[in-house]
Amino acid sequence: MKAYERVKAARAKDRFTALDLIEDSFDDFLEMHGDRRFADDKAVVAGIAYLRGLPVTVIGIEKGHNLKERTYRNFGSAHPEGYRKALRQMKLAEKFGRPIVCFVDTSGAYCGIGAEERGQGQAIAENLMEMMTLKVPILSVIIGEGGSGGALALGVADEVWMLENSIYSVISPEGCASILWKDNTRAEEASECLKLTPEDLLELKIIERIIPEGEGLAAELQSLLHGAVEHYGALPVHELVQRRYDRYRKIGG
Amino acid sequence: MRFLRPKNALEGIGKPMPGVSETPQESFIDCDKCKRGLTLEELVSELHVCPYCRNHFYINARQRLHMMLDANSFVEFDKELSSRNILGFPGYDEKLQAARLQSAEEDSVVCGEGTIENNSTAVFAMESAFMMGSLGSVAGEKITRAFERASDKSIPVVGFAASGGARMQEGMISLMQMAKTSGAVKRHSDLGNLFVCVLTNPTTGGVTASFAMEADIILAEPHALIGFAGPRVIEQTLRKKLPAGFQRAEFQLEQGFVDSIVDRKRQKHYLSQVLAMHQKGQQ
Ligand SMILES: [Zn+2]
Repeated sequence: MKAYERVKAARAKDRFTALDLIEDSFDDFLEMHGDRRFADDKAVVAGIAYLRGLPVTVIGIEKGHNLKERTYRNFGSAHPEGYRKALRQMKLAEKFGRPIVCFVDTSGAYCGIGAEERGQGQAIAENLMEMMTLKVPILSVIIGEGGSGGALALGVADEVWMLENSIYSVISPEGCASILWKDNTRAEEASECLKLTPEDLLELKIIERIIPEGEGLAAELQSLLHGAVEHYGALPVHELVQRRYDRYRKIGG
Repeated sequence: MRFLRPKNALEGIGKPMPGVSETPQESFIDCDKCKRGLTLEELVSELHVCPYCRNHFYINARQRLHMMLDANSFVEFDKELSSRNILGFPGYDEKLQAARLQSAEEDSVVCGEGTIENNSTAVFAMESAFMMGSLGSVAGEKITRAFERASDKSIPVVGFAASGGARMQEGMISLMQMAKTSGAVKRHSDLGNLFVCVLTNPTTGGVTASFAMEADIILAEPHALIGFAGPRVIEQTLRKKLPAGFQRAEFQLEQGFVDSIVDRKRQKHYLSQVLAMHQKGQQ
């Protein structure tokens, strides 16, 4: 499939969202709200759930299904408080020894006045730094769009996976085209240049796994997540953290 | 305003370049803010800050390190690291070639060690004339190594940020440099070491969303643009003009994201005071 087909599939309006996957792959999800600093960001959902009987912390960027939901979720673009809410839950996960699963689906961190006033850059930076040394396993799955820093803020993990029809990119194809050719209608060409498909990123060793989509997705995801959580959970903490450091240390070295 | 073409060394900066008038009384440049004429002598003695309106002019990474470090104390590391077009991105080879010619640097950051009023420190200074100071694999690797080396030696890191963000032409490899550098900053920090970052004009995008905002002490040059999304992108998204002063250093100080705004002329002494106060083994 051409890169731009993937972009369209990842953005498809009828695509499942983070909450759908949480519903289907986990049990008894208890959603926890708020960053305790400013507000509750509706673009980020977070809480505790069972993964095959094991309590885990689940965090997702939620886009919503229809216009009403999408507006409520700010189209899956988080403000700083969304990233701070996620970090708060991750810190709790660390305290109680729960593994963390992140589902990423965002065109990017929200770009606006309030987001800047409240430190969008600082919020993302803090997540990158703190996630790097969390003493519990973290897995991050790109389930739709992985838009730049706003996706990476939930993407520092022991393994990063992508669903078959997802993308992960440093900039949107439209943004890239407008910089390259001053023409944002050339997104299709830009998509090819950016190497944003799961296959490209597996080859570049940015991700560890591509998960095929279809009927059995939820079951497959549950099984893979459970296996990985068990695997990483069995490692001594210093080794877990060292491996996470090395995972990123190698990229572009 | 006109810029001096940077030399690839810290020495000799501030001396007249060939073809430039050596008569000090003659106006060398006009301040782009207050329009007053400055002589070359004034420009050098004021560290490229307008003496009339305090406008901080662009200086290159080496000029900056030359101003901040003690004479002859700078030792450069990883100077030879040079970017390649890993993804085969269209036009990137040409862009790199042009950037090298324009900035006389191999990439967008200069790293090393030196002393600031006799306080040893690792340093990095980003070069905004090299592809807008963008963070690609080479800059990410150099900054990571600077932190790792400093951690090994238990010395502080003083950084000067200047960047438009992640380097688009290296795709996801450049985005991952945000995580990589953040990991190195965290380790440095967990070992009890100091990191001071001076945000200069402009510091935006992926650099703001990684190491620039992760320092123990965050300083800024007056009026520097500091933010995540660039002002033009926000204006296009919101379809309205941003208020004057939005995302400037003074705004970030007011919002609580910067510890202090420090004039270029005070920076060296200020940094030396901070370093001295964090000298290990004095508690
Ligand atoms: Zn002036």
